[in-house]
Amino acid sequence: MAEDVKPRVRVPGKATAGEAITIKTLISHAMESGQRKNGDGNLIPRSIINRFTCAFNGATVIDVTLEPAISTNPYFEFQAIVPETGTFEFTWYDDDGDVYTDTQNITVS
Amino acid sequence: MKKLLKTGVFAVVALTAHAVHADEEANLIINEEIEITVRTDAPAHLENLSTIYSGWVFRSNETQALQMDDFENPGMIFADDARDAWNTVEGTKGNSCASCHGEPESMAGVRAVYPKWNEAAGEVRTVAMQVNDCRTEQMGAEELKYDGKGMLNMEALLSSVSRGLPVNVAIDGPAQSMWELGRDVYYTRFGQLDLSCANCHEDNYGNNIRADHLSQGQINGFPVYRLNNAQLNGVQSRFRGCVRDTRAATYAVGSEELIALELYVASRGNGLSVEGPSVRN
Repeated sequence: MAEDVKPRVRVPGKATAGEAITIKTLISHAMESGQRKNGDGNLIPRSIINRFTCAFNGATVIDVTLEPAISTNPYFEFQAIVPETGTFEFTWYDDDGDVYTDTQNITVS
Repeated sequence: MKKLLKTGVFAVVALTAHAVHADEEANLIINEEIEITVRTDAPAHLENLSTIYSGWVFRSNETQALQMDDFENPGMIFADDARDAWNTVEGTKGNSCASCHGEPESMAGVRAVYPKWNEAAGEVRTVAMQVNDCRTEQMGAEELKYDGKGMLNMEALLSSVSRGLPVNVAIDGPAQSMWELGRDVYYTRFGQLDLSCANCHEDNYGNNIRADHLSQGQINGFPVYRLNNAQLNGVQSRFRGCVRDTRAATYAVGSEELIALELYVASRGNGLSVEGPSVRN
């Protein structure tokens, strides 16, 4: 497992139906591009988060492909319209096969 | 010709100043909760300034905004890493930081009074020195490298739980001789450029030195996440960077002179809020 990987998510606790809410996510990750060389001149193998998804009650909100040029600790901020009370699920896929997840509940009035 | 050149230089200065000047009247509230004192009356011992300002005041609006929300503050990632280290048992005695101190929040106020005289050791200690003393004496663990990653993370955590509390380092009593040494270092001109700390940060704060908008050099926001190098920076490493830029040979991190300077510069900010981990250029 990559070191010091920790997902963070901020979703408002409540919203009104049909309201566009702002979601912020950040995962601490080195995002080693695979282009850099170490002190001995050898390539440091690529190790990045290659995909990030967000789903609400099972329906996809966004699905992002990440490339090596994306910097350390990738941060995403996006908006979503929430029709009903439910759960956001966030998933990050690591090159090494690890999957990191986080969930946030939101109450819609 | 000479006159023409001068006019040209002034025009450039005016342009850069316009581009980088921040909103110097802005107030800092972190997470819509923690009120930070970014300007206040100078402490009594400070003869040459009437008002002291946090370095936050001098930064651009965008940089200022990064510090208003922990989610956007990259420095908080490192403080979070330290939270894991805080609970990790290390060394021969089976202790973690949490074994003695409980939650990191119990350390609120500690950062505000350091560097501080330690009676038992008979020396002025920085937070880093105290952390290492804990590690070797209470945990039986290895020291963390001064201004290394692990240490800066821990300092960021300790600082983050003290945010909003006023800096209040003691400068009298047994700490006085170190404080006076620090003051001497502060006002000593170093290097080929023949500059003291005061030349920039006391005489010229608010002005531009080439593209840099000079602050008062307050250290209430340390450790600092610098956009310049995208990592946490320790205060003594920052001092070294400044002295190096005067083209001088510098003191070592952890040396008596830099500990004294840290004490003295911290005392110049008595009354400002602890802000670290802050975000700067």
